[in-house]
Amino acid sequence: MKHLSRIAAILLRQFYLIRGSPARLLPLFVWAAVDIVLWGFITRYLNAITPSGLNFVPSLLGAVLFWDFFTRVMYGVTTTFLEDVWSRNFLNLFATPLSISEYLSGLVLSSIATSSIGLVVMLVLATVAFGLSFFVYGLMLIPFLFVLFLFGIALGVLACALVLRYGPAAEWFVWPIPAVLSPFAAVFYPLSTLPKWMQCVAHLLPPSYVFESMRSILAGNPVSGTGLLWSGSLALLYILLTAWFFTRIYRHAVRTGLIARYSAETLS
Amino acid sequence: MMTKQSGPLRAPSTEKVLSLANLCKAYGDAVAVDGVSFDVERNEIVGLLGPNGAGKTTIINMVLGILEPSAGTIHIEGVDIATHRGPALERTNFTAVYAPLPGNLTAYQNLRFFGLLYGVSNLSGRIDELLRQFEIERFRNTKCGVLSSGEQTRASLAKAMLNQPHLLLLDEPTASLDPASARDVRTKMCEFAAQEAVGVLWTSHNMVEVEKVCDRVLFLSHGKILLEGDPKTLPREYGKETLEDLFITVAREPLTLEGNGA
Repeated sequence: MKHLSRIAAILLRQFYLIRGSPARLLPLFVWAAVDIVLWGFITRYLNAITPSGLNFVPSLLGAVLFWDFFTRVMYGVTTTFLEDVWSRNFLNLFATPLSISEYLSGLVLSSIATSSIGLVVMLVLATVAFGLSFFVYGLMLIPFLFVLFLFGIALGVLACALVLRYGPAAEWFVWPIPAVLSPFAAVFYPLSTLPKWMQCVAHLLPPSYVFESMRSILAGNPVSGTGLLWSGSLALLYILLTAWFFTRIYRHAVRTGLIARYSAETLS
Repeated sequence: MMTKQSGPLRAPSTEKVLSLANLCKAYGDAVAVDGVSFDVERNEIVGLLGPNGAGKTTIINMVLGILEPSAGTIHIEGVDIATHRGPALERTNFTAVYAPLPGNLTAYQNLRFFGLLYGVSNLSGRIDELLRQFEIERFRNTKCGVLSSGEQTRASLAKAMLNQPHLLLLDEPTASLDPASARDVRTKMCEFAAQEAVGVLWTSHNMVEVEKVCDRVLFLSHGKILLEGDPKTLPREYGKETLEDLFITVAREPLTLEGNGA
């Protein structure tokens, strides 16, 4: 019961902060909505100028929506963590009985709540304004979102560990991570487009399987169940690895005194 | 008037709430804490004194589990913090001038957040009680960041009392308070230490305050305990008029005190 209470504390704190601050509320859906509008018009234009009558909406706009969902999940974890950085709360927080697993669980729950808002806004906008029908993906929509969610959590925890290790200024690590990964994840083009070395990297990224599967469905080809299963397993493995990594970084911070003097950024 | 009392209200118990044994902390070659051992008993207020850099905050951080000792052990009510961090910290709380509550949450939100983290039962009732006790009811829905430093200190003290700790660590709790507010805080802390089964470790640079509130003081110098005793009698034992004179000697000429105890 106490475990749940401590996890709920992290979630409640985030709720208090978002409720009282438009600067926190708007980013939950505004940038995702802007992306949908921008790519919605791009796909309309492409549909108009392509003589073959190919519909770009499910491939391009769907890809944008999936990728933005993954990004929101990752940012959901990191922004909850960064609230403790911004308010210099580590001393008060880590002097409580809160365990690292409870803290990380709180970050994940908070991300589920915030990324769901972004997802709903994107789904409504893409469907209503640009005619994106999610029925085209069928039931595969569920594993797609699930894999992206898991990988978003893993990267979010990794980013938190980096900020914990390198201090508040390392926040800049967090924001470009999705942009850096997107070329490798083959969001908008088939994996075969990439040079061999980039394909090797892509095979280690769970989202690449999701986007390949999405394009297979749209091309009328069967989806590789093994591939999706592998990507889900890979994402789960990354969560375990990044949680382990975060714990290691936390223990290093406790051993060196970095938690107590976090604003110093490094004590080594 | 101060409420430090003798008699039944402050009858010391022999039960230890905090036991430090041979505690050390080194950063490379720099030794911050060097073989410190002491106990804090129930209903006892122990003053941890010493000049800046003597190792007071380092000891407090180690007791709070946010800094790992290089050697030695810390037991809170017999629970080893190294192996049972959660249970040990459930019965501990602290306030420090360098650890204000998050300024972007209201006093109520902060107390609810930390109350959940400490697993406080009947939390709403406890928050109301503390807001009343520390006279911050009117700031219930005010963000802590806009409170005066005195009000922030009272909010932090309310947080420190949330879980009715058995071990309370107060790192310069009156540093930013005016004399009247400081006296109120001292009175409340003394009453708390007397009425609850709590031991308090108190750091301060205000020797008058230390003499009023502490049952026992420990003087730290260069990470070691140099002197220990009753703050009322200790200065005379070392040929000094006041605790402040003794403090200055500890800070400037610690070698003259080593081995000179009565």
